[in-house]
Amino acid sequence: MAILDLAGANQSTVSFITNYGHRLYSDDFLVQLDHCFGEGDFYENQTNPRAIETFLKNTLDFPDEAFDGALVWDVLEYLSPALLAIVVAKLRAMLRPGSSLLAVFHNEERAETVPSYSFRIHGHRTIEMASRGRRQPAQFFNNRSLERLFQDFQSVKFFLTRDHLREVIVRR
Amino acid sequence: MSVWNRRKEEEFITPRPVAGPPAPSELAKEGIPMSTLPGRTSESHHEPARTAVLGKSVIVKGQIFSREDLTIDGEVEGTVELQEHRLTIGPNGKVRASVKARELVVLGTIHGNVETTDKIDIRKEAKLVGDIRTARIVIEDGAYFKGNIDIVRADAARPAAVPQPQPKPQAIATSPSASSPSSAPSASSASGATASSSGPAMAAGAGDAKKR
Repeated sequence: MAILDLAGANQSTVSFITNYGHRLYSDDFLVQLDHCFGEGDFYENQTNPRAIETFLKNTLDFPDEAFDGALVWDVLEYLSPALLAIVVAKLRAMLRPGSSLLAVFHNEERAETVPSYSFRIHGHRTIEMASRGRRQPAQFFNNRSLERLFQDFQSVKFFLTRDHLREVIVRR
Repeated sequence: MSVWNRRKEEEFITPRPVAGPPAPSELAKEGIPMSTLPGRTSESHHEPARTAVLGKSVIVKGQIFSREDLTIDGEVEGTVELQEHRLTIGPNGKVRASVKARELVVLGTIHGNVETTDKIDIRKEAKLVGDIRTARIVIEDGAYFKGNIDIVRADAARPAAVPQPQPKPQAIATSPSASSPSSAPSASSASGATASSSGPAMAAGAGDAKKR
């Protein structure tokens, strides 16, 4: 299987995925976001069509149905609504029918900034979250807005977890 | 006098010839190929193997093919191939090339696809953009990697061994120094004997990490 991981390459996740014999495509989505939109107003820059085009080419330039799973983690929180819709549509196209996508969203609706993490899979029951500082999210999501966001997918499941996080597993 | 002491005494009384450096003719008789002596000595004392170095002010455009370990601390554009050897990209190294080696250590930057038969070691603050095909990989915290990781098990990484017809046992043993090239072990079989386990090593987690 081919798995997409947008948390940035780390030893734990690489070992976990590849020990099953799967192929892993790894990229650090937040680094790419900062690289393309970091100078000036981060969210205002995300409305620039040329910057969006460059970002998509750098980050999500894959053929349709290239992956059997996607580990998106918390990166969708840092996309402006316009870019978010494009990215989710692109992710859906990149996934094979029946495959799954894992995303994480913060629960704290009133917080101005939320902790950003590097997620590392240590085993079937353990995910390590290494702090990457705090970031201002573009918007907050409740269950209804998440259902709308992934409305083109087959199913959406929510899991409330510790650390004010909501895990979302979406089936293509 | 005890039996133990008697043996010691006997050893002492019957002096053995002083071991000096063997004459070349003796070596040939014992069947020790002379050319392998320095290599064995260096391995046993863990002396660093010979390594070629491209310094940080060196720029190479084209094809590099090396039969020894190589360190690149300059800039390279093209292809780099080290069949059975280790390639190190130094902290100042910038490589825009497809790379093939036995082992790769990255401290600088690589843009290009990488294929190794043994291990890739991406150190802290290194940057590798390209697809990786290797038996083992180590990624330190702080390294940046973008691309595909395809772990190829050590037995699958090498081409399947073609069954060779077994040579008939000869009545007279030939000394290695006099042996023909066809009787020498091939490089591929020698490297196959040193293949290590194919499971990726685990790195230590970050100190400020949370677990849930």
